[in-house]
Amino acid sequence: MTVDLPYSKTENPDSDFDLILEAGRRDKHYWLDLWRYRELFIILAMRDISVRYKQTVLGVGWALIQPVLNMIVMTIIFGKVAGLHSEGSAPYAIMVFVAMLPWMFFSSALTTSSQSMVSNSPLISKVFFPRMIIPASSVVTCFVDFLISLVLLIALMAVYRFAPSWNIFAIPALVLLTFLAALGPGLFITALNVKYRDFRYVIPFLVQFGLYVTPVGFSSSVIREKWGEKVFLLYSLNPMVGVIDGFRWAILGSNSHVDLRSFFISLAVIAASLYVGISYFRKTERGFADII
Amino acid sequence: MSNSTVISVQDLGKLYRINHQGKHANYGTLRDVLAEKLKRVFSRKQENGAATTREDFWALKNVSFEIKQGEVFGIIGRNGAGKSTLLKILSRITEPSLGRVRIKGRVASLLEVGTGFHAELTGRENIFLNGAILGMSRAEIRKKFDEIVSFSQVEQFLDTPVKYYSSGMYVRLAFAVASHLEPEILVIDEVLAVGDAQFQSKCLGKMEDVAKTKGRTVLFVSHNIPAVRALCSHAILLANGKLIGDGETSEIVDKYMTQDHTSSDSVWKRPLQQADRPTVYFNSVEAILTGRQPRMMMTLKIEFCCESVTPKSFITVEVCDVLGVTVFQAIPDGSPFMEFREGRYEATLEIDLPPLVPGRYTANLWIGPHYYHTIDQVKNTVAITIDESPVPERTFPHSYDNGHLVPPSRCELRRESY
Repeated sequence: MTVDLPYSKTENPDSDFDLILEAGRRDKHYWLDLWRYRELFIILAMRDISVRYKQTVLGVGWALIQPVLNMIVMTIIFGKVAGLHSEGSAPYAIMVFVAMLPWMFFSSALTTSSQSMVSNSPLISKVFFPRMIIPASSVVTCFVDFLISLVLLIALMAVYRFAPSWNIFAIPALVLLTFLAALGPGLFITALNVKYRDFRYVIPFLVQFGLYVTPVGFSSSVIREKWGEKVFLLYSLNPMVGVIDGFRWAILGSNSHVDLRSFFISLAVIAASLYVGISYFRKTERGFADII
Repeated sequence: MSNSTVISVQDLGKLYRINHQGKHANYGTLRDVLAEKLKRVFSRKQENGAATTREDFWALKNVSFEIKQGEVFGIIGRNGAGKSTLLKILSRITEPSLGRVRIKGRVASLLEVGTGFHAELTGRENIFLNGAILGMSRAEIRKKFDEIVSFSQVEQFLDTPVKYYSSGMYVRLAFAVASHLEPEILVIDEVLAVGDAQFQSKCLGKMEDVAKTKGRTVLFVSHNIPAVRALCSHAILLANGKLIGDGETSEIVDKYMTQDHTSSDSVWKRPLQQADRPTVYFNSVEAILTGRQPRMMMTLKIEFCCESVTPKSFITVEVCDVLGVTVFQAIPDGSPFMEFREGRYEATLEIDLPPLVPGRYTANLWIGPHYYHTIDQVKNTVAITIDESPVPERTFPHSYDNGHLVPPSRCELRRESY
């Protein structure tokens, strides 16, 4: 379509302007924009943290109670009732708690990030900022809870007189991996949730279901022993299998060993879901304000 | 330098697709979408049946204009003319469907005061939060912090959560933050309609200062014509998504006031906003004028929707003159405290009009459970035009300078002494 415009393009060349808005135009500076808005990211994260336990009696205690109760139940059911073995000589409770940390981080990050866009809808429809800041900053609270339970783990290890190995220095990298594992599906679902509110029901189910198909209450080696190598590799398509095995390796040391093939399968799944999540999010984010 | 173009809008268009399919037309559940797809597979004929009709709606079409640096630029037009859509595109909240916008410089938009305010956080925390949301850096906020606080006059309550603030304090704090924004381009939508008159004039002064002494470009959308007149050097007029005027403010304001007020004004439909619909909202209003002066009656047929259970509420109607000044407010009898559940409602309000000076009057509608709790408020909905004088034998013209009402009055003369 050619239309005679009252303002000819030659008069003001595009290079005179910093920003061009057009249908379907990809932002040239997408990641740069994201970086420019880092202060907003920090401030939204601080907001979420400071309001999180307002008007609760137990406050931060909630971050402690949940993983502890879960650990006790799982240790009894899988360790005592089902009689499954731990990894090496590590106490069962510690083995469970080590997996509980990344699992709680993963599941709460997935839950909050996928709800984040809808719960911040007033912001979406009134101001511009890179939308990815919302799900990303909502995960920070989950990270704080993770740190709190990490302190608890140290206390638990002291109680059992269990010394960690040097592998423990891999923890920051593993935390990042857990974050990325949650971010991929989180971005995908939050974008879908803007349009189809069904996904608010999908997530709790997914998280509950995930707890049973992820080696939290038991060692992943149990799967290998029961069903063999092939099933185990198939099982590693669950990205949290690789992450949790990594955590156990980092904390339990020589009691546990990571199957590298399985770990790389999980890694590949995480990378793929991250790619799908980010590209779907970017494809839909500019329409958010119209439909939220 | 001051002649350079900072915003260039070419042939801009924004299309909304509306599904006419009951109340959740905009975010159907996945089930609806799947069911719809299945239906289409099984019966191709039903595709253009009555169940779901799609309608294309151009909120903006073929809009082109330019804004020069340092201008205070007004955008005026009636409800649904496309003003807010235009601002949303310029501030990057939504993307255009057609055409292009080119912008030079940092844009900050103020489509609402207190965007992102969190009730649990203190005033101090909210200053930083709101500032960051509006695009200020932390260093910038820290630098202006004292200025913001003294502008807002809430010093004593700085460390109190804003949920304990009065609504006046809340608005003052919110506006204080917003008015200390110093982007190259500032986009403002109708936010001056809040706060008391004194605070409003303080805000107007602040805006004028930003534009005139600091050379910033300001885009200003308002129904407040006196404010537009006072602030803006240049304005555009939108009607039904099209640009119908572009020029000097006084010229455009005149055009706005004399805009064609034909029968289309007697029906109002809610502009197609996707976001932020209150739990009860006015959907359409129709005005019917009956009787003769000085005893005319305005009947308003109001259709409204309720999306979830809402406290018992009542409706008020304000009738305003062309400048937006309220002439009177009516609280129709029988309406106090209606109960609502999900569904569509129709109300018929009958208002006996006082003897009004001929002219054009518009109606604002409001609904809420208490005078300080607004559920929905729509301004400039339907318009009525009164041609006849309330005093049939009057031979000289009326002027607003002498007020809007001409009550029936009598004079009896008696000669007391000879």
